Amino acid sequence: MSFVTQNDGLSDSMRIDMRVSCARPSDYLALLKPRVMSLVVLTALAGMLIAPQPPHPVIGFAALLAIAVGAGASGALNMWYDADIDALMARTATRPVPSGRVTPGEALAFGLVLSALSVFTLCVVSNWLAAGLLAFTIFFYAVIYTMWLKRSTPQNIVIGGAAGAFPPIVGFAAATGSVSIESAVLFAIIFIWTPPHFWALALVKADDYGRAGVPMMPNALGPDRTRLEILIYSIVLAPVGVLPALMGFASLVYGAIATLGGIAMLVYAWRVYRQREGEAARKACMSLFGVSILYLFALFLVIVIENGPAALVVRAFNAAFA
Amino acid sequence: MTEPHDPGFQDSRYRLTPEQARSRRSRNIAIALSVSFMVVLFYVVTVAKLGLGVLNKGW
Repeated sequence: MSFVTQNDGLSDSMRIDMRVSCARPSDYLALLKPRVMSLVVLTALAGMLIAPQPPHPVIGFAALLAIAVGAGASGALNMWYDADIDALMARTATRPVPSGRVTPGEALAFGLVLSALSVFTLCVVSNWLAAGLLAFTIFFYAVIYTMWLKRSTPQNIVIGGAAGAFPPIVGFAAATGSVSIESAVLFAIIFIWTPPHFWALALVKADDYGRAGVPMMPNALGPDRTRLEILIYSIVLAPVGVLPALMGFASLVYGAIATLGGIAMLVYAWRVYRQREGEAARKACMSLFGVSILYLFALFLVIVIENGPAALVVRAFNAAFA
Repeated sequence: MTEPHDPGFQDSRYRLTPEQARSRRSRNIAIALSVSFMVVLFYVVTVAKLGLGVLNKGW
């Protein structure tokens, strides 16, 4: 339990209600959803680096930190609001709030303070547009998705996926003070990637979501419809993933990786569509879940490398021999 | 300042359990490190925004 009351033989008049938190820093770190934060950092960095003039490294680092903390803050607000349903699901029951290590009030205060701090910091180190977009992202995830969509529609993670897709746009805005079609393409990749990624997991964890009363697609419209939608989204995702190369802001290497990755997504989505019963179906879903993470990670990592370290080497080479 | 700095402090009203004292101490250290990091970050960002040699730009 988060709080421990004393029973030390003191008289009632001397004893006060000493409720002292036992939460450790690691519990607060868990509120920030570090794994989600790492993906946010990668995608925001990609958005920042595709800018025509990437920011000063120190400014870029501070902006990236603010974006990551903002994403973490929205995760803390999500865990505060969803503590009741998190407690009912095996996957989330050990989170800091439902397990009692952090009280809901502490999680709420932590989320609100970090939200304000991250938006303020991004405003100071970058610009108003980036800060406004970050504030909107936090609002979209914590209020639109968590408080509204998640419990009311099977399209929850489709629309709510926009929150997870915003970081490249915020990163680009932090670098340039504007929004571009290139950053919108990166947004589209994450936005279309989100449904097959989450629904693959939701198919396996359907009992969990059912117990908590969350209307995920497999629970609300059935596993067959979910499998069809996973396949459709994967078919759309494969060509969209290649767009950065076709539009010229990523290399042929990226194009090749995105093509192979897109084909892999299609193959695994097809397996999920075909395998509908038993252990084979569960394995197909978990394989797609894993492959989808690798796919997105690979795409954005290539963009970061091409526009970061590789671009520096090319510039140094040109400066030396031009 | 009435708050004792010693995590093992005990007075007539309450005693922190060892677990409470440990967790409070670790939270305090984490907050101190975070605030210190922010101070350094804002200082470095300010220098980066102003640019090197800011004092040579005239008044």
